Amino acid sequence: MNWLTNFVKPRINALVNRKRDVPGNLWQTCPSCGQMIFARDLKANLSVCQHCGHHLRVSAVERFAMLFDDGVHARVETPAVVQDPLKFRDHKRYPDRLKDSRARSGEKDAMLVAEGKIGGQPTVIAALDFGFMGGSMGLAVGEAFLAAAARAIAAKAALVAVTASGGARMQEGILSLMQMPRTTIAVEQMHEAGLPYIVVLTDPTTGGVTASFAMLGDIAIAEPGAQIGFAGPRVIEKTIREQLPEGFQRAEYLLDHGMVDMVVPRAKLRETLAQVIDLLMRPKAAAPAAVEPAPADGRA
Amino acid sequence: MNRFLDFEKPIAELEGKLAELRQLGDAGGAGIGEELANLESKVEKLLRQTYAKLTPWQKTQVARHQDRPQFSAIVAGMVEGFTPLAGDRAFADDKAIQGGIGRIRGRAVMIIGHEKGSDTASRLKHNFGMARPEGYRKAIRLMGLADRFGLPVVTLVDTPGAFPGIDAEARGQAEAIARSTEATLGLGVPVVACVIGEGGSGGAIALAAANRVLMFEHAVYSVISPEACSSILWRGTDKAELAAEALRLTAQDLFQLKVVDAVIPEPIGGAHRDPKAAIRSLADAIERNLTELDGQSRSSLKARRRHKFLDLGKVGL
Repeated sequence: MNWLTNFVKPRINALVNRKRDVPGNLWQTCPSCGQMIFARDLKANLSVCQHCGHHLRVSAVERFAMLFDDGVHARVETPAVVQDPLKFRDHKRYPDRLKDSRARSGEKDAMLVAEGKIGGQPTVIAALDFGFMGGSMGLAVGEAFLAAAARAIAAKAALVAVTASGGARMQEGILSLMQMPRTTIAVEQMHEAGLPYIVVLTDPTTGGVTASFAMLGDIAIAEPGAQIGFAGPRVIEKTIREQLPEGFQRAEYLLDHGMVDMVVPRAKLRETLAQVIDLLMRPKAAAPAAVEPAPADGRA
Repeated sequence: MNRFLDFEKPIAELEGKLAELRQLGDAGGAGIGEELANLESKVEKLLRQTYAKLTPWQKTQVARHQDRPQFSAIVAGMVEGFTPLAGDRAFADDKAIQGGIGRIRGRAVMIIGHEKGSDTASRLKHNFGMARPEGYRKAIRLMGLADRFGLPVVTLVDTPGAFPGIDAEARGQAEAIARSTEATLGLGVPVVACVIGEGGSGGAIALAAANRVLMFEHAVYSVISPEACSSILWRGTDKAELAAEALRLTAQDLFQLKVVDAVIPEPIGGAHRDPKAAIRSLADAIERNLTELDGQSRSSLKARRRHKFLDLGKVGL
């Protein structure tokens, strides 16, 4: 951990990632098995390594393309919030960190909201982007999630949260902690409206996000191999001074311990969501036509 | 004898002199009475001055002081007929979260809170106030009980955080915290939470999504401990002092942010110097807040609690 890994590498990555589609950056390495994957194959395979099945992290925008019917969706505007409410600074000012993340992502904050249809049913998706300050939850994420629930309720739609987060955003201090009850209120509002709220837990989902809206789904789905937990593994190791068991805090571990309903590979995710949303939203209707598997590049 | 904190050295020296003088006084020297009174007023003045301008890091140390009144002492001091209730009915009884029914100034309440313990043996027994999922699930059960019988819920928050351990994760620590917050928000009875020492992150908010959130004058309440924040953002725990400042974790800052509704004054030199007075002042505040919440319907209590949290974050510092 030094200036190179903290500062230079993210910048370089940002430059490289922006050019993902141009020739010259045709290959990517799987972070799990280390094998080279042809970038186009990776995209066609929904960013799942074809060698080892590892599910690579994907952005919120890619999620929308993968999950909505034909990838068709409209973004839902998220409310503006007070910037840097605590005037927080470590060796860098918080507004500067925000500015960097915004420049890199072209987005305002870590949660994006969109509406469209899944399996023909109206659905709002609130997706966290791990690339934006580790998907951390501050005022903007809390407001975005509340807005997503409000939109779902207004449109009588299902709400799907796709989580990927390191937890609360330290730079907003106590106000980030307050997003735990605030997002929980949004889930309660969904319950009161009688609309389904489904959570898709992806790698990684930890801290305050797990300990609030991510664990309150009517149905909890996890992606294979995703790390999901409350405390970070390093904190646990330091506290108990023991090695952590194999597979600890992985999606399959949570399934074994009764914490999620299912572990669903990305290629089946859209289909699974369509099925549960249909069952919960149209209890008396006849079965719908089978849902097409997600198209190759997330679009028709 | 007081256990002194690092920044209290000048106070410790004066109190040392005071003790010596008292011994001499017992021997019956002339003019000592006057000097004693003089020194006593000096100590009080120094305590008052020091505690009037504690830094956030100093407050963190005071909030964690071993002699600060803990759940059990507070309950003994202000709850009549306290009847402890145990267990989550699913797995175990977590000693880090205690709860039960009793009366505060004549009013029957459900009181739930973290217990840190006050000496090595009891600290181990209560796991330093770091609860496991079964602790939060016990809290949920007790809140449900209170809700059915119309008892107001009073919570006392004092935890470094939820326990980060393998067993806690295996049994769904995150889910337990989320459900506890959800249960608190859904109650149709008044809920008053008080941060009495350390309000540590998710482990604290699980018991603090209340109609009224009170905080002792020198308590702290934060999304992350200054040490952990320092190790993440400054890459070393030695910047905890800076982190404590940046995090704005004092009762005074949180009052300004409207996260805290009232700051409960502590005796001169902190709650640990006069626990009885501190507990009295806490009981006053709880009684006052419960009285103010009297007569509200179940739906109004829930709706107003919701609005209180939805309105947060509109103002910065």
